[in-house]
Amino acid sequence: MAAAEGSKIDPMHQFLIEPVLGSHWIVGGYDLSFTNSALWMVVTLASLVVFMVGGMKRELVPGRWQAAVEGFTGFVSGMLTSNIGPEGKRFIPYVFSLFMFILFANILGLLPFGVVPGVHPFTVTSHLTVTGVLAIISFAIVLIVGFGRHGFHFFSLFVPHGTPVVMIPLIFVVELMSFLVRPFSLGLRLFVAMTAGHILLKVLAAFVINGINMGPGYAAIVTLPSFVLMIGITLLELLVAAIQAYVFALLTSVYLNDAVNLH
Amino acid sequence: MPQISQIAATYASQIFWLLITFGLLYFVVGRGMVTKIVATVDARESRIAGDLAAAEAARLQADRTEEAWRVEMEAARTAAAADTNAAKVQATQSAELQVKAADAELAERLGHHDLAIANAKAEALANLETVAAEVAQQLVAKLSGVQVSVDQAAHAVREVRAHG
Repeated sequence: MAAAEGSKIDPMHQFLIEPVLGSHWIVGGYDLSFTNSALWMVVTLASLVVFMVGGMKRELVPGRWQAAVEGFTGFVSGMLTSNIGPEGKRFIPYVFSLFMFILFANILGLLPFGVVPGVHPFTVTSHLTVTGVLAIISFAIVLIVGFGRHGFHFFSLFVPHGTPVVMIPLIFVVELMSFLVRPFSLGLRLFVAMTAGHILLKVLAAFVINGINMGPGYAAIVTLPSFVLMIGITLLELLVAAIQAYVFALLTSVYLNDAVNLH
Repeated sequence: MPQISQIAATYASQIFWLLITFGLLYFVVGRGMVTKIVATVDARESRIAGDLAAAEAARLQADRTEEAWRVEMEAARTAAAADTNAAKVQATQSAELQVKAADAELAERLGHHDLAIANAKAEALANLETVAAEVAQQLVAKLSGVQVSVDQAAHAVREVRAHG
């Protein structure tokens, strides 16, 4: 997808992965370079740790920061208990890590770090490799919990109650397919939402810049509306960033419910 | 789209660093901090629940105390009313006794006085008869020159008095 002719702004460039220090680290035949993607994963982790440490005062009456951190843990534990039941508390560490990692990565990718010269923001969650790995981890946990608790009885998940005997083979196949599609839909949803949002923002930003470069007349009819639209889309993307993190965590807890309680 | 065109070249690095960062996140933040935070929240909630239960128990205790106080007050009020009534009855009785005693004394004194009056009256009447007899004797002597004894005169006076 090449940039428009005459424009040097490539909406896809923001997704390009390149080693931060320009050097490739090849370990055992694999390229494990510390890339901009890895850098932003570390930034996500670091900011999350800072946020959490601020809420670790463990006071009986929480301050503002502690209340904010407890709000997030309470949100995740509430989501798990309402979906899975009291047993859902076991999954708080994983689902909380998942939710917060995606949320922080999404929001960090939207923040205007680009105004600092030499800094290029990067949205970790706009990469299928990352969202796919997270989806596979979630799916693997569902499988481990499901087979660990129910053994081969876990396959009864694919035969809903009240299915006529004749229909069981067909329903089993259909349910199995829908079950196996879960990790793909989980990973693709986040990847597509983030990618689409960032491309849209970058295209609108290109309109703004190119309109200015083409003179005052174009600036009035192209730049101004694009800029207004961009403000709205940015707010929408902030909402999407939170919603996609929520959807990922919510679907994970729904799938965990299947594994813990069957149907 | 770099996500797909670069995937063969970058998947190893992406997965490697994701597993490192997400693993650290899971073990340090998820297992370490979140567990403690959840424990803090749970402790606070159980403390609040305990405090609420204690407050409820204290409220019930206060209700019971108030009820007992009310019963006690009611009993005390009844006892006080009974005491008041008894005192009133006793006061009435003693007043009646005093009045009766005073009445009796007064009646006795009246009796004495009546007797004295009657004596004086009888004495006066006796004197009156003597005077009347003497007057009658002298009247008879002056009118008819007949000398009658005092006894006869007295007898006549008595007869006249008796027949009016």
